[in-house]
Amino acid sequence: MTEIVVSQTPPMLHGPTEKEKKYDRQLRLWAASGQAALESANILLVNSGAGTVGVETLKNLVLPGIGKFTIADDALVNEADLGVNFFLDESSLGRLRSECCTKLLQELNPEVQGDWFPKEKGPLDLANVLETSPIFTLIIYTNPIRKEDLATIEAYSSQHRTPVISIHSAGFYSYFRIALPGTFPIVDTHPEVEKTADLRLLNPWPELVEFAKEMTRNIDALDDHEHGHVPYVVILLHYLEQWRQSHSGENPNGFKDKTEFGKLVTRGARTNNPEGGEENFQEAVAAINKNIKAPELEAGVEEVFNHQVSDEAELESMFWVIARAIKQFYHKHGCLPLPGALPDMKAQSSVYVKLQSIYKAKARKDAQEVLETVRASPGGKDVDPTEVDLFCKNARFVKLINAKPRQLNLSQVFDTEKASDEEAEAMKVATCGAFSLPASNFFIYLALTATAHNPAATAEEIVSTITNAVPEAAGHERLWQVAQEVARAGGGELHNISAITGGMVAQEMIKIITKQYIPIDDTCIFDGISSRCQVLRL
Amino acid sequence: MATTAASTGPSRWQYLDKIRRNPGPFNQDSDVGDEALAAQDKAKILVIGAGGLGCEILKDLALSRFKDIHVIDMDTIDISNLNRQFLFRQDDVGKFKAEVAAAFVEKRVKGTKITAHNGRIQDFNEDFYMQFQIVVCGLDSIEARRWINAMLVNMVDMEDQDSLKPLIDGGTEGFKGQTRVIFPTLTPCIECQLDLYTPRAAVPLCTLATIPRQPEHCIEWAHIIAWEEQKPFPNLDKDDPEHITWLYQKASARAQEFGISGVTYSLTQGVVKNIIPAIASTNAIIAASCCNEALKIATTAAPALGFEESYMMYSGDDSIYTSTFKYDKKPDCTVCGEVAKPLQVDPKMTLKELLDSFALKADLQLKKPSIRAEGKTLYMQFPPSIEEQTRPNLEKTLQQDLGLDVGHEVVVTDPAFPTLTFRFILSFV
Ligand SMILES: [Zn+2]
Repeated sequence: MTEIVVSQTPPMLHGPTEKEKKYDRQLRLWAASGQAALESANILLVNSGAGTVGVETLKNLVLPGIGKFTIADDALVNEADLGVNFFLDESSLGRLRSECCTKLLQELNPEVQGDWFPKEKGPLDLANVLETSPIFTLIIYTNPIRKEDLATIEAYSSQHRTPVISIHSAGFYSYFRIALPGTFPIVDTHPEVEKTADLRLLNPWPELVEFAKEMTRNIDALDDHEHGHVPYVVILLHYLEQWRQSHSGENPNGFKDKTEFGKLVTRGARTNNPEGGEENFQEAVAAINKNIKAPELEAGVEEVFNHQVSDEAELESMFWVIARAIKQFYHKHGCLPLPGALPDMKAQSSVYVKLQSIYKAKARKDAQEVLETVRASPGGKDVDPTEVDLFCKNARFVKLINAKPRQLNLSQVFDTEKASDEEAEAMKVATCGAFSLPASNFFIYLALTATAHNPAATAEEIVSTITNAVPEAAGHERLWQVAQEVARAGGGELHNISAITGGMVAQEMIKIITKQYIPIDDTCIFDGISSRCQVLRL
Repeated sequence: MATTAASTGPSRWQYLDKIRRNPGPFNQDSDVGDEALAAQDKAKILVIGAGGLGCEILKDLALSRFKDIHVIDMDTIDISNLNRQFLFRQDDVGKFKAEVAAAFVEKRVKGTKITAHNGRIQDFNEDFYMQFQIVVCGLDSIEARRWINAMLVNMVDMEDQDSLKPLIDGGTEGFKGQTRVIFPTLTPCIECQLDLYTPRAAVPLCTLATIPRQPEHCIEWAHIIAWEEQKPFPNLDKDDPEHITWLYQKASARAQEFGISGVTYSLTQGVVKNIIPAIASTNAIIAASCCNEALKIATTAAPALGFEESYMMYSGDDSIYTSTFKYDKKPDCTVCGEVAKPLQVDPKMTLKELLDSFALKADLQLKKPSIRAEGKTLYMQFPPSIEEQTRPNLEKTLQQDLGLDVGHEVVVTDPAFPTLTFRFILSFV
């Protein structure tokens, strides 16, 4: 086991490199590991129509330093392009849009490679592009799209297990949908810091118990300074022990007990001072609700534990090997491996550092146990210990995306969304407008997809296309309004809506490429009139 | 008629014109006549900030067919801007942001006039702000937001409809951001919503001085205590790598002394400069959302945020989540309200304690307050002669020494907001 020794020599005192300086504001979000993933990604945009939303997406990936992008688009630049697309200018008129956009995008970041197809004016041979290019990490395409191009992309995606994002932006509306090749697990989900403290007050391990006992053995004999600096973790462990002695071994449970327990702790604080109390005791009382509760599994981990992996390739991935080891750990100990982080609390420096090292040591011990299980299991021999460490640290917050079956029956979705709109309306009436829930964006999705291959469709044509697939939709008033709004745009993009959508798609791509934060599952529909998104699994 | 272009091939603004010239189901009553549409051609729009949001806003407004745009920014370009401020290149480092951004967009989008102002918003007066129809803000400073908000609210003359300038404000942090639309005096202003920004509580000095526990405590110690004691350079320049390196070394040595790990150069810089992570994609979302509202207001092509929901929050860390809120105007808002705020204090408090508490109160956030009560000056920050005269009052208690009582009117001012007067009615706990 590799013990992390607190370094005795000062760390290298060098400033950041030029690259670290340029990427400083994003490295604070996804660190060097995320940046490396981004820099080795190779993405393809299959562009068409008004052509802006895909290019706006690329802009947001070129700036943070994506490895390589390729634009496949055989359109020639016309006047209308100049009114919506920022990565073209007067000199682009009549030239290949793919080439012009690639060159102006590349100016944004000399470290990024860009390429375009076709090389000469003429029709795009997408199959040939896919055959002759290095493997793509991710493909995005924009609607409207030729049916044969869509089929080519889908064939490539299923052969190479490539994630595909489809995007459609028209007028004030847009949606994008992520199709991942299988379940997509994320370990480094970046939960909010406030949620991550795991102090194990109800199931402490011997070293922690011993430390707390030692400090509080003569708590009343401590001088005022020492008493005012006992860390709240120790205070709570001490009074929990007292509580159990007077409650036949039971911990405080439920609201009433916790209130009583809070009073017990408060009575322990000294009041012979100008403040009339002690800050560390106040911290202890404030920590009761969050930290004195039986450990329970977050829904995300539960899903990981219960998920039946059906795909051979996935089964062998290190994620599932480690997940099985963690599940085994959980069944053996009744809790997940300790993450090991200690929040700040009032304490003397040396006491805090000692307490911190007790948490860290336990976390290392737990991770070591998981590592041994992994190494002993099939496919786990060559595991990278840092991968196990990261998993143990984040075990409570791991998440699976694309694990549930897709909602293929649009009629069912229609009924659910329609019912929830009716419920929202009823609530608005009942509360005289004080409470109103947002209307469903699902109808926007239906109307946009109805124009996927026919951008100039009229409202009547849109509704008729929808009712062919979803008969329930006939006569629905909001759908009719939305269809009129989509028809109004006539397949044209508004720059702002495409810029918003391009921003969202780029964020999601960064999450998928870096395997950090949590991507949508799986369709995001944006309404630029009410300024709202809705995510649905479709 | 402008639509004749359709017969000779697609016109530059054909996509936008579909929306501008054809009312939809949500703006059936909009006037789409040529005269109404021509108003947008004449509209002057002001962009405050040419940074991460500002660059995007300029692009988005130009491609929303705004033709007369002004931009104000006092900053020059730094290398750490290049990962998102996409109008700037390596060679532009050191030049004024407003100037470079304006020139770039003007060149790229023909027919757009962009006027750059390299300066502070506080350098301009009411006459300057009066010339615009809409103001779009992409700022990272709360103080600047409060200043422009107070300016625009004060400018409103009920007799003159043109004096009311819609204010559209965007902000981002990491994967999150927000857009809000304010119709000064008619809808809640930035000051009404000030409690949305919780001021960060400072780490107590005694923790920094005697019981550091976190790497941040060591860095703050180097920043606040060691620097003041040793003054290695005359003034701390947070952008000078030599200065940051000095702080980093001091903080590292202190951390080692106390057995604390985690002090890095990057963390030192982050703590000292209070760096907020920023990426291109979030800026793109929020800036375009602001400009979408500007376009809706200018053209009535669809209902805008403002009178009902006025605030859109975007969060992209965990899936995507947006929510739109409706806020209420605060009747005791210092900027747009009519009545004094209640101020409940401990009568035994000293004047200094009271003034210090104003920095942390979410609805005040004043760093250099001066105070009067019942017409009498209790403490003034400026000029130095009066500061010296009133300084002894700082240690006095409110009730016993200074004679304040329940129901007294207390008036507070701060040099950051010269046009604002914070009025309170005192009560005791
Ligand atoms: Zn207000």
